[in-house]
Amino acid sequence: MNIIVCVKRVPDSEIRVAIADDGKTLDSQGIKYVLNPYDEFAVEEALKLRETAGEGDVTVMTLGSDDAKETLRTTLAMGADQAVLLKGEPSVDGLGTAEKLAEAIRDRECDLVLFGKQAIDDDNLQVPAMVAELLGLPCATVVVELEVSDGKLEAKREIEGAHELVRFELPGVVAAQKGLNEPRYASLKGIMQAKKKPLEEVDVGTVESRLEVLELKKPEERSGGVIVGEGPDAVPTLLQKLREEAKVL
Amino acid sequence: MSVLVIAEQRNGALREAALEAMTAGRELADALDGECTAVLLGGPGIEDEAEALGRHGADNVLVASDDALAGYAPESYTEVLGRLIEERGPKAVVFAASALGKDLAPRVAARIGAGLASDVTELGSQDGGLYAVRPVYAGKALLRVGFKDSPALASIRPRAYSAQENPRDGQVEKVDVELDPERKRSEVRVEEGEKKGRPDVAEAEAIVSGGRGMQGPENWNLLEDLAEALGPKTGLGASRAVVDAGWRPHSEQVGQTGKVVSPPLYIAIGISGAIQHLAGMRTARCIVAINKDPEAPIFKVADYGIVGDAFEIVPRLSEEIKKLRSEG
Repeated sequence: MNIIVCVKRVPDSEIRVAIADDGKTLDSQGIKYVLNPYDEFAVEEALKLRETAGEGDVTVMTLGSDDAKETLRTTLAMGADQAVLLKGEPSVDGLGTAEKLAEAIRDRECDLVLFGKQAIDDDNLQVPAMVAELLGLPCATVVVELEVSDGKLEAKREIEGAHELVRFELPGVVAAQKGLNEPRYASLKGIMQAKKKPLEEVDVGTVESRLEVLELKKPEERSGGVIVGEGPDAVPTLLQKLREEAKVL
Repeated sequence: MSVLVIAEQRNGALREAALEAMTAGRELADALDGECTAVLLGGPGIEDEAEALGRHGADNVLVASDDALAGYAPESYTEVLGRLIEERGPKAVVFAASALGKDLAPRVAARIGAGLASDVTELGSQDGGLYAVRPVYAGKALLRVGFKDSPALASIRPRAYSAQENPRDGQVEKVDVELDPERKRSEVRVEEGEKKGRPDVAEAEAIVSGGRGMQGPENWNLLEDLAEALGPKTGLGASRAVVDAGWRPHSEQVGQTGKVVSPPLYIAIGISGAIQHLAGMRTARCIVAINKDPEAPIFKVADYGIVGDAFEIVPRLSEEIKKLRSEG
C-alpha cells in the first residue's frame, strides 16, 4: 500500500501573534515552527496502514520553502520512508497549493492521499477536497475513524451533532481530525535514520493565488470585565448583569 | 444574477446555517445592487423549503431535486453546482462554513477554478472588488482578502451573521438534474441512532464549557444541568486539557486545535484560559468565567467573573436560571 501524506510547516499553537511592518504578514521573529498538529494524525495513520498491510511506502510531501525540510525530517523520524519538497510559496487560498500537490501526486503510484484536516495557520480547510477534485478522486474530510481493507475504505467523519460514514474504493483522499489515533513520537533511532532517508526537491515555479492579502491585523482586545463577586452568593448579581447589561438571558 | 447562496438542508429541512448564509448573501447583493438567488439541492419535495429562503431575502430559488441529492453526495453536489455557476455567472457564491459546506465549497472551487475564502465573518464590496474578512491562527488575527476574479466563493462562519427576515419573491425555478454516473465515487450516509440532544458548539446560541477545574468527567452533570436550564440551543464545550485527558469528546473542544466559536453567551467553568483556548472563544459576545483562581487569565477576557468553587456556584446558577425561566 503506497501512501502520500501532505503536510505543512506552521507556527506553534502557543504563539502570540505579532504583525509584521507590511501589515499583511505574521512577524516571524522568535516564532517556533512545528509540523501542523493535524498532520501528525495523518502521518501516524499512514504508518499504521503500512504496518498493517505489511508492504508499501509512505511518502511525505509539502509545498514550502527550504525551511520546510526540517518538518519533513520530523515525519521521516516518525517512520515515513521518503519525502518530497515542492519548492514554492503556498497560495493565499487553497487552490494554487492544491494544484501543485495534485500535479506531483498524479505522477506517483499511490493508493491513498492523507492530509491533516486543516493547517492551523491560515485555517483554510480547503486543500484536501481540492486535491481530490483535481485528481477526480473520492474524499472524506474531518475523519475520526478509518478502516481500509481489500482496497475499500470506510471513514467516519464529524458533522454537527452526528457522524457521517463515507465509503469508497481506493484510490482516494482522507483528511484526519484529532481523535483518529495517537501520533507516535520519533525515537532516537528514528531521528538518526531520518538523516539518511531520501528527500527529493522539486522546483514547482509560481503558485497562483486567486485571493490577495489586503490586511492582517489583530482583533480588538477584549477589555477585561468585572469580577461580580465571590462564591454562590454572587450568582444573583451575575444574572442581573446578564439580563440588564449584556441582555443575553 | 449577482449572488448565489447555497442553502444547506439536512433530512429535507433547512439548517440555521443556510439562513445565516442567506443573510450574508442578501447583504452582499444589496451592496452590489443585484439579485440574490438561493440554490436548494435535495430529494423530491425539497421545494417546500423555498418559502423560508424567499422570506430571508432570496429573489429567486433554484431547486434541484432528485433522489440522488437527498443526502449529501460530494461528487453529485459538486457537479450540479459547478454547472449552475458556469451557466448563471454569479459574481459571488456563498456557502455556510458548516461540516457540509467546508467539504463541498473547496470541491466546487477546484471544479471551476475559483478563489475561495473559508470561514468568513464579513463579506463585502469595496472599490469595485469583493473582499472577505476571516479569522486566522484560530482567531488570534484577522485576515482581509480581496478576490482577484469572479466568481468569488466564500463560506460563512456559523453565528457570524444572524438570520434576518427580509421578504422577497423567492420565485421558484426547477433546474434539471443530470448526473454523470462515472463521477460518483463515494457513498455518504449519516450514522443513525446517534443524535445528541445538544447542538454542536460551532452553532450553539450559548455554550457551557468545562475545564480541568471540573476535576473529572463524572462531574459534567453539573454543566449539563446548567445547559438544560439555559435551553435546548445551548451546547457543551471543553478545554483541550479535558479532551486530551479523555474526559470529553474532541467534538466539544474549543480552541486552536478544536473549534472556534462565537456564541452570544460563553460560560467558562474551571477553565484557566490558555492562549490557544482564548483564541477559540474570544469572539463570543458575552463571556462569563467561574474559577477559583482570581489570577486565572480567563478573567482578563471575561465580561463577568465569579471567583470561587464551581461545585457550589454552578448548581446555584442553574437553579436561579430555572427560576427566572419559570417566571417567564
